[in-house]
Amino acid sequence: MKVLLAGDNVSGLAEELKKFGPDEIAVANSDQLADYTTESYAGVLADYIKQENPSLVLLGHSAIGKDLAPRVAARLGAGLVSDCIKINVDGGDFSFVHPIYAGKAIATYKVNSAVKMATLRPNVFPIEEAEGAASVVDFAPEIAASRTKVKEVIQQAGDRPELTEADIICSGGRGLGGPDGFGLIEELADTLGAAVGSSRAAVDAGWRDHQAQVGQTGKVVSPNLYIACGISGAIQHLAGMGSSKCIVGINKDPEANIFNVADYGIEGDLYKVVPALIEKLKEVNG
Amino acid sequence: MNIVACIKQTFDTEAKIVIDNGQVSDQGVNLIVNPYDEFAVEEAIRLKEKNGGEVVVVSVGGDKTQEALRYCLAMGADRAVLIQDPALDNTDNIGCATALAKLLAGMEYDLVFCGKEAVDDGAAQVPSMLAEKLDLPQVNVITELEVADNQATATREIDGGSEVIEVQLPVMLSAQKGLNEVRYPSLPGIMKAKRKELKVVSLADLELSADDVAAKTELVAAELPPARKAGQVLTGEVEEVVAQLVKLLQDEAKVI
Amino acid sequence: MDFSLSDDERMVQEMVRDFAQTELKPQAPTLDREHRMNLDNLTKMAELGLMGMNIPETYGGSETGVIPYSLAMTEVGRACAATAVTMSVTNMVAEVICTFGTEAQKRKYIPPLCSGEYFAGSFGLTESTAGSDLGGMKTSAIKEGDYYRLNGSKIFITSAEYAGVIIVWAVTNRKIQRTRRISAFLVEKDTPGLSIGKAEEKMGQRGSATNEVILEDCLVPAENLLGSEGDGFRIALMALDGGRIGIGSMAIGIGLEAIDYARDYARERMQFNQPIASFQAIQWQLADTYAELQSAQLMVLMAASLKQQKKPFTKEASMGKLLASESANRACYHAVQILGGNGYIAEYPVERLYRDARVTTIYEGTSEIQRLVIARHILGAF
Repeated sequence: MKVLLAGDNVSGLAEELKKFGPDEIAVANSDQLADYTTESYAGVLADYIKQENPSLVLLGHSAIGKDLAPRVAARLGAGLVSDCIKINVDGGDFSFVHPIYAGKAIATYKVNSAVKMATLRPNVFPIEEAEGAASVVDFAPEIAASRTKVKEVIQQAGDRPELTEADIICSGGRGLGGPDGFGLIEELADTLGAAVGSSRAAVDAGWRDHQAQVGQTGKVVSPNLYIACGISGAIQHLAGMGSSKCIVGINKDPEANIFNVADYGIEGDLYKVVPALIEKLKEVNG
Repeated sequence: MNIVACIKQTFDTEAKIVIDNGQVSDQGVNLIVNPYDEFAVEEAIRLKEKNGGEVVVVSVGGDKTQEALRYCLAMGADRAVLIQDPALDNTDNIGCATALAKLLAGMEYDLVFCGKEAVDDGAAQVPSMLAEKLDLPQVNVITELEVADNQATATREIDGGSEVIEVQLPVMLSAQKGLNEVRYPSLPGIMKAKRKELKVVSLADLELSADDVAAKTELVAAELPPARKAGQVLTGEVEEVVAQLVKLLQDEAKVI
Repeated sequence: MDFSLSDDERMVQEMVRDFAQTELKPQAPTLDREHRMNLDNLTKMAELGLMGMNIPETYGGSETGVIPYSLAMTEVGRACAATAVTMSVTNMVAEVICTFGTEAQKRKYIPPLCSGEYFAGSFGLTESTAGSDLGGMKTSAIKEGDYYRLNGSKIFITSAEYAGVIIVWAVTNRKIQRTRRISAFLVEKDTPGLSIGKAEEKMGQRGSATNEVILEDCLVPAENLLGSEGDGFRIALMALDGGRIGIGSMAIGIGLEAIDYARDYARERMQFNQPIASFQAIQWQLADTYAELQSAQLMVLMAASLKQQKKPFTKEASMGKLLASESANRACYHAVQILGGNGYIAEYPVERLYRDARVTTIYEGTSEIQRLVIARHILGAF
């Protein structure tokens, strides 16, 4: 296993990577790689793959991975399976498991090109450390100029974790009754160090930015804990969070579909339940 | 300004998925224009309305895909091209991108729009593959766009925030929800759509062979995810219930 | 005989469904509760071409045809009956002007109705003494030079408080045979002498305003006479024939919405350890209701098809309106029954739908009048 580490001033990260046990770490260090741009990075990765000729290339299904992998795959004529939740290895043969229809079905793919590529869903594969004394080598290809220029990077306000990477997500829906209700969800999230999500209904009502939307036409998440407050549990929403390890549903409607999937359900007014829950969590956390 | 919008016809997002013999069945499923592609078409039409020019909407698909293209024509696109060929029935993203790229290579355009991904396979591959095949710069997952003086300034979503990208035209842009609010096709739009050109081309028309669009990935089998069982509903006074929940999350689920 | 919709018809149906479900339906309970129309919705509908569906493009219409109109009315009716009735009357007013108006009248009044510049059009026919019997009309119009002087009052006028133009019927000559006594006038809002009374408190369709319209020495330019003097009766009957297709289509929408809700509820509602949909008592109510609604819809669409082909459709429109409105009421009755106590409270939509359906057997000609029209056609002169 070899790792390509690309960026500007990233040599120091090689040490970090060693503890995950790769055989070799190639470092492409250049000020031309300071910003992520598709074309410059695609050139570096494609050149590295051509040099190494691996049977399998893996990237994260992150914003960068999603942008980069198909571009490189098209350049190299490699088959690509995106957003994998599992890779089966059978002898020298791989098969790739990728949820389709936003998780309403699970598909297994085979790739018939010599180089096979896949992007991996964040938060799904366990991270394990391994013994290893990887050698660190320089990789200095000619870097293609990028026609796109990054003018500005805007960090999301606040220090809550990114939805797709959060261990815990607290989400609100139509049951909040209005945009102000998200104040309570944010308070709960901050008590747990969680990200804040939203149902489509709340986004469509203009209560929350679409970046927070969880579901078929929003983000697909798989946290350890998903707390749905005032969310009925429409099929599109379940498609986005159904693979969460543990689901808690808080809803005043006993017929709400969320109770059909929740590990723990509380039937009641969220404006009573959530404040009490925040109190209790604070008490437990000391 | 000439603009191409690439669309895919997908299942309605509310469709129930049925697996038949290891494959997803399309029996009785309502088909729609992929929601992200609607943002792409809308943005293309808005730019045309502002700057003049032509919007061509293109797709790869079968007979039914004509409905999706007609819908875009009713929204206000000027003409449509459908690439239809039996050899494309079992192709994958790279095959589609190859066919689309060959079609676009013969057209004049300043901007190519796609949706950021299709809601069926959720792969998000075709936009970048198409850009690569056409040697175009790409900006994916955009939520804001300004086009002036042959330059596009686009805001795209990245993990934990967003970034503003500048690029000279021509460029491939893929649309994310939030880019615009998609219009409903008006009744006059629907009536006009049937008089607009919808051309169907085969691979031979594009001078491509079946090998050129051969799939590199193959869906071996699809299955339904294991059903989630309903858990327990906690009842009692609010304080009790909450205490019970916290204990369960700590001791049973071990998630906090 | 092919009962399938054409591609255009299906596209209109799908677009209106999408619009109505997304934009109108979420507001319906609030508009009902607050007795309020959302005028923005009417503007949006005009922009989509829904306010002049049988009007040529020359006058700003979308010229979509009568079958698409029926399909669209059903979809809007499903989502919000109060908005649907406003749409129905506005389309009817535009069509009446298009059929009987002079070129100048058409150019002046139809485009603002279609474009949304006028939120709505109104149909000022009914009076306290002239309901089913137009012979009881008391409002008078007396010619004075270039004007007609109108005096009297109209009741139950849909959308009058936000209408840009009201078609007002008045007696122009009391001395001749009753069918030639009345004439129709185009009365613009803000015409001196025209005032709009407060909206009635209604059982249903509460989002739509239903006003009294008072005419006190209201001087209407003679050029605003629609057709000729004495044409009023004929104009009213012809307008109502078309209006019946609109109201029938809307009634089907209300009925379908109610019974669809009840069907979904029956699948999930557990009693005696099983979904109530497994009981034959529930199944039969559902089966009968769907059979009735679907046959009523076929009848309404047949009337629409005849009208679209410019063939006589009076009898069919009456049959369709009668069947649709009566079966919509029964559908709502059964929907409430299937939901039990939940059907009777405002928390669930069938309570409102039941109230919304009720008036459909009354306006645009009562069920009794529909039967009269049908009987006359069947029996002929004897």
